[in-house]
Amino acid sequence: MLARFWGTRGSLPTPLGHAAVRGKVKAALTAANGRLFDSEAAVDAFIDRELPFSVRSTFGGNTSCVELVAGGDDYVLCDLGSGAREFGNALLARHGPGRKHRFHVFMSHLHWDHIMGFPFFTPAYIPGNEIRIYGCHRAMRDAFRQQQSAPCFPVDFRALGAAIEFIELEPGRPYEINGLSVRTILQNHAGDSYGYRFDKDGKTVVYSTDAEHKYGALDDSYPFVGFFRDADLLIFDAMYALADAISVKEDWGHASNIVGVELAHQAGVKHLVMFHHEPIYSDATLDKVLAETQRYEEISRAGARLVVSTAYDGLEIEV
Amino acid sequence: MEIKERRQSDVVVLSPIGRVDNETSPIFQAKLLGTVGPAYAAVVIDFTEVEYISSAGLRAILMASKQSKATHGQLAVAALRPIVREIFDISRFSNIVPIFVTTAEAVAALG
Repeated sequence: MLARFWGTRGSLPTPLGHAAVRGKVKAALTAANGRLFDSEAAVDAFIDRELPFSVRSTFGGNTSCVELVAGGDDYVLCDLGSGAREFGNALLARHGPGRKHRFHVFMSHLHWDHIMGFPFFTPAYIPGNEIRIYGCHRAMRDAFRQQQSAPCFPVDFRALGAAIEFIELEPGRPYEINGLSVRTILQNHAGDSYGYRFDKDGKTVVYSTDAEHKYGALDDSYPFVGFFRDADLLIFDAMYALADAISVKEDWGHASNIVGVELAHQAGVKHLVMFHHEPIYSDATLDKVLAETQRYEEISRAGARLVVSTAYDGLEIEV
Repeated sequence: MEIKERRQSDVVVLSPIGRVDNETSPIFQAKLLGTVGPAYAAVVIDFTEVEYISSAGLRAILMASKQSKATHGQLAVAALRPIVREIFDISRFSNIVPIFVTTAEAVAALG
């Protein structure tokens, strides 16, 4: 399986502003320190080897949307945040509007940042496409219709050309969908959210965003330890620092990098990817949080090494 | 987990020994909350002999900090080993509770 991240930011889209771009240019020029490059390859080598990610790139600002590539002709997505627009446009650029597709979309919940990409998801406008939206919330259809109706949006949901089906899943019950074994778990978030575990051919990807964890002493009795057990990739809401998540932002429905590492260690996860980034975090802050989290993983490790990374719009991880 | 307790001036100094983790944090939490309970209590946690603290231990400190504020008390931590200090920084607990380099400095500040 391969996970491709189209949107990784939490709460609302976060465009890179002019000051941030200027800061990156300035940092790159300062790092170059008057150096002369005799080829484009030399420039690329300098960018790739000598500039930190936060200078040479950006984590991106689209809200939650992750594609799972698991074989077959159908497409599998988790959530329809603003990253879904990028996904749809890339698909049309690759195949053109003539080719018809089937999409399986798994919704963590219906908060705005997780559905806001759908009115801009061009394949939804094309007759012949099929979109199956799965989730554990009864209000799925209403949420999608409401956000795409007057006075919020000019094109009514009923005008969409694709065949759109909403399929309610029963929490905890296993399903076989498009060749994937799919399980769900109820998560602590305002209005409830659900995590997804996808298994195929001995590989496991877990998508667990918008979830607050309130365990005291952590052991195997905590339900998420079993749900994450031995996952090859855990996509995890690490929006806040622990101190914030359990004090001023308690009950805001999000977790921290520390809790992500502890849960991943306890469950024997191989790769933890931090997701749903705090919108006020700059690229430099996210770089710093990644380095700190990797260090915390090292400090707290009792068994096998856990790979820790931070998701960015455009990242691909193969498991 | 062993937690030594001594009184210096009007300050109670708690000195846990070993790791404050999933196994030991319930003991750490019970002792801490019991100590910060009385009104106006001044409590220093001496980390000299603490090798590691998990989120469960940090949660206990947060609970104690809240309780201490509610009862007009004071709570501080002191003598953090480099790794424990790193955990306080990574978790941003450095912003939640006053940290002193030595226990003596903490006692002097709270006393």
